[in-house]
This record gives sequence, structure tokens and C-alpha cells, in this order.
Amino acid sequence: MEKSAETVGSVDLKPPASDVGALGWIKTNLFNTPFNSFLTLLILLCLYKTVPPFIKWAFLGGVWFTNGAQCKVAEGACWSVVTQNLRFILFGFYPYEQQWRPAVAIVLLIGFLLYSRERRHWNRKLLVAWPLGLAVMGFIMRGGIFGLPVVETTKWSGIILTLLLAIFGLTAAYPLGVLLALGRRSQLPAIKMLSVIYIELIRGVPLISLLFMASVMFPLFLPEGITVDKILRAQVAIILFTAAYIAEVVRGGLQAIPKGQYEAAESLGLDYYQKMRLIILPQALKIVIPPTVSILISAFKDTSLVVIIGLFDLLKTTQVTLSNPEWMGFSAEAYLFISLVYFAGCFSMSNFSRRLEDELRT
Amino acid sequence: MVQSTASASETIIEIVGLHKWFGDFHVLKDINLQVNRGERIVICGPSGSGKSTLIRCINRLEEHQRGKIVVDNIELTKDIKNIEKIRTEVGMVFQHFNLFPHLTILENLTLGPIWVRKTARAEAEEIAMYYLEKVHIAEQAHKYPGQLSGGQQQRVAIARSLCMKPKVMLFDEPTSALDPEMVKEVLDVMIDLAQEGMTMLVVSHEMGFARSVAHRVLFMDYGQILEQNSPEEFFNNPGHDRSKLFLSQILH
Repeated sequence: MEKSAETVGSVDLKPPASDVGALGWIKTNLFNTPFNSFLTLLILLCLYKTVPPFIKWAFLGGVWFTNGAQCKVAEGACWSVVTQNLRFILFGFYPYEQQWRPAVAIVLLIGFLLYSRERRHWNRKLLVAWPLGLAVMGFIMRGGIFGLPVVETTKWSGIILTLLLAIFGLTAAYPLGVLLALGRRSQLPAIKMLSVIYIELIRGVPLISLLFMASVMFPLFLPEGITVDKILRAQVAIILFTAAYIAEVVRGGLQAIPKGQYEAAESLGLDYYQKMRLIILPQALKIVIPPTVSILISAFKDTSLVVIIGLFDLLKTTQVTLSNPEWMGFSAEAYLFISLVYFAGCFSMSNFSRRLEDELRT
Repeated sequence: MVQSTASASETIIEIVGLHKWFGDFHVLKDINLQVNRGERIVICGPSGSGKSTLIRCINRLEEHQRGKIVVDNIELTKDIKNIEKIRTEVGMVFQHFNLFPHLTILENLTLGPIWVRKTARAEAEEIAMYYLEKVHIAEQAHKYPGQLSGGQQQRVAIARSLCMKPKVMLFDEPTSALDPEMVKEVLDVMIDLAQEGMTMLVVSHEMGFARSVAHRVLFMDYGQILEQNSPEEFFNNPGHDRSKLFLSQILH
């Protein structure tokens, strides 16, 4: 390096040592102004006050595989509340000796999700494989074939229920939301009005009241003897609710597409559906990936609201565990654990959307 | 100079007693126009005169309220099937190109043939490459519109329309959004097209183009056609006071 600099007439000097390497980075990013230096020191102080005690509590003094009584005398965190009750937290009231079935279903599901992450895997076969895969998971869970004992959906609880509500909720709400957005911009007055009324009505009420309606009011209108599965009713409420929000976001995307795109598509002779499917929606949906994913993420977390209508999702099974006298008082550990589970779900969604945006950038 | 003449008899566009309003504003007033197959018409006039609106009525990007428009023996009515049929026969080039930014150049060109004409993909790509070569831009086929200059984009837009094998081409100020040094490359493509006998209606202020290519020049103002003349007559001896004023303003 040095030699080449000498041989060429103009000498390339190295930047001062204080501007490169780790020291340079620290100087330019953490101590570049007095105020930033102050903030850096303040944050270091905060970290010093919080991180070591947390590590001491969570890891050094933590106990992992004990019973409740030993936990009470332990110095640090009682992770045993999670490890000893893991199967109940995850699978709830699903019959204990049959819990391998939901476990298999979840592994299948995660496999499907991981495979579908790659855009080059997206094709017609995958599109057919998804409903088939979900049906297989359903059969494994429900049983009644191949000698598997039937497990009624009323027993489906824990993470199974959370995932069920989330997967079907999000995949059904998205297309419905897109249709509603198109409906709201339709030139046919009846369709437009229905879409507006739907969106405004649904957005005007909290999800909780929709869930109450689905679980309490809706059955009153059914003829006697006919019942609709409670999970299904909650599921429909979540779908209807999320779709209204998606619709408004997608409508924003549609409005961002210049009029010239519509005109160019029309002047080629494309009909309405071709124009929307090939030209307008691909552009509009791409623009609104970030807000759409926000809605999907919050919908995923909102599935935990089904506790109020007596469904046992992941949050509720955790609460049940904590109401057991043996494990009372260890809610911090248990809630930290399910936060991690929720975080893993939300973070992979946002990660996926960021990748998708990068790949679609033109 | 382009010398090919229009086959005088065959009418491809017929406009009779056309009126259009935007709200209360009367943009087009009693327009009557007959265009023969192979004829090339340049429409000029001050902005707001209704010239763009007129050609946008021909493929129903604007709806007219009164009068009759017949394109290739099909009358434009509210019937969406008729409208789509006319649009497949009438190509349109816009001031701002309006290429589809999420598709490659090649995909922009094959979209119409594949989905509207139901052409097989391989054949559609062959047609697309033929026209891309014609507008001298074949090497850009796999780029996206955003990677091309304005002049290149406009040439792609012309090729995109041509892939539909239209009977009429409408140009709505095709060079007014371009940087000056790119105007010529687009006009050259349009002159090539003229030499092949394409029926063209061009809204433009490119008077050199009008002089050398047009069979007829239309001058519009206040939503009316104030003058129709051969380019020779129109430029040397304009018949209407408004045309004289307009020409003196744009020719300095």
C-alpha cells in the first residue's frame, strides 16, 4: 500500500488514526458533540444500572427445573414456572397424551412458513399445497380418521388457538380488505356505498365489542338447535375487523397510483379486472407493505383479546398456570416468556416484509 | 418530406356534432371531423383549447355528452365491450409516457398482446422485440422504465402501442415533457411510422413535424376547430385571425 502511494506522483496520505477504526467510529458516532457525549454517558449509566442486575436475576440466580416450593427460596428468576408448565401453556386442555398431534401440526406449519419465505418458491403448486397442508393439520388436530381419537375444538387452546386465529385471520382478512378497498373506489354506487358502510361501521367499534357480539349476540339470532363453533365465531369477528383496516390502507395505496397508469392500461384495451390485477394492485399493494404489515402484526397480537369471551389462547393458559397456588407470584417470568413467543412471531413478520420490499424494488 | 398520400376514400374515424362539458365548462363545441385511413393530422392550438380532450374522446378516456364518434365502423356508446374493442384498435401515446414502472420494458410491450389479443407469450415477445428494434432500443428490453431516459421511455411507449397492431395512433403532446435534446429521437420514430402509412392524430406544437408529415393541420381554440388546412397553406397563409396570432407567438 505505502509503496504504491510513493511511486505515484501524488501521495495518498492515510486519514489520521483518530478518524478510522474503532476509535474513529466511537468519536464520530458517540462523542461528536458535547450534547451527544452527554447522552452517551447517560445511556452507559442506565445500562450499568439495569443490565448487570437483570443478568444476575435472570441467569446467575435463576432456577430452571425446580418445583414451586424451591422457587420461593431461590434468589433469582423462577423459570421453572415456564419449564414445568410448558405443555399446558402451549397446548392447554388438549388431552395430555395426545399433545404430540398439535406439536406435529405446529412443526408442519412452521415448515410451510419457512418454505414460503422464499419468493422463488412461489408458484401454483405452493398455492395448492397451502390449503391442503392446512387441511392436513386440521385433521391431525381434530382426529376421527386413521384411528386418532376425536378432540373437539372446544379443547383446542394455548398456542394452537393463537396460531389458528392468527393464520386464518390474517390470510382471510387481507384479500377481503383488498376487495373492500376496490369496492370503496368502485364507480357502481351500490357497491361503493356498501363498502363505505361496512368499513366505517366496523372501524367504529372496538374489537372487544365485536367479539362479544360474536359470542353472545350472534347465537341469539340462530334458530334453535343450530350452533356455530365458538372459535369460528371469534375467528370471523377478527377477520371482519382486520379487513376494514386493511381496506383503508390499500385504498391509500390505490390513490397513490397516478391517473396515467389507469389510462395507459385502459388504452391498451385491458378490462377492469386485468387492469386492477396486472397494473394497479401490484403497484398499490407494494407501496402499502409497511402499513399493511403493521396492521397484520397488531391483528396477530389482538388475537389475545379472545380471552374475554372465554377462549383459552396462549395468554389465557399462562394466566391459568399462574393462578395455581404452587406457581403464584411468578408472573414476571411467565409473561416474559410469552412476550418472547409473540415477539418471535411479530419480528419474523416485519423481517419478511422488509425482505419482500427489497426484492420488489424496481 | 414524406410523400405517401392517404387512400382518399376509406373513413376510419368519423366525428359528428361532438359536444363535451367538464361541469359547466363547454370544452368541445360542435366538432365535426372525418379521418381517412392512412391520413396524418396534426392538431395544434393554445392550451385549454380542447385539443387533448378531443383525441382522448376518440378512445373514450373522456366521455362525450352529445354527438357521435364512430371508429372503424364501431360507434362509441356506453357499451364497455365496444369501448374495449375500439381501444384495442386505437393506440395512444401520452405526454408523460405512462409506462408501467413495475414491469420490464419487454413485459410492458407484451402485456397487451398476451392479455387482450390472447397471443402466445413467445410470439408476443417476438413482436415486442421487432418493435423495440424499430424504435432502436432493443438492448434495453430487460430494464425497468425507471432506468431509461425520457426519450427512450417515450419510444418504448410508442412501441408498446404498436405491439397491439393498432389501426390508428393517437399522440397527446408526445414531446412536450422531454428535454430538448431528446425531442428529435422521438420525432424520428414518429416520422418512420408516418412513412409506413399509419393513420395518426398528433396533438403537438412541433411545427417542423407538422410541415413535413401532416396531410392536414387542425387549429383549435375555444373548443372549436377554427381552421383546417394543408400544412403549406396553414403556415404560409393562415386563414383565421386566431391562427395567425398563434403562429406568430410560437414561431417568433
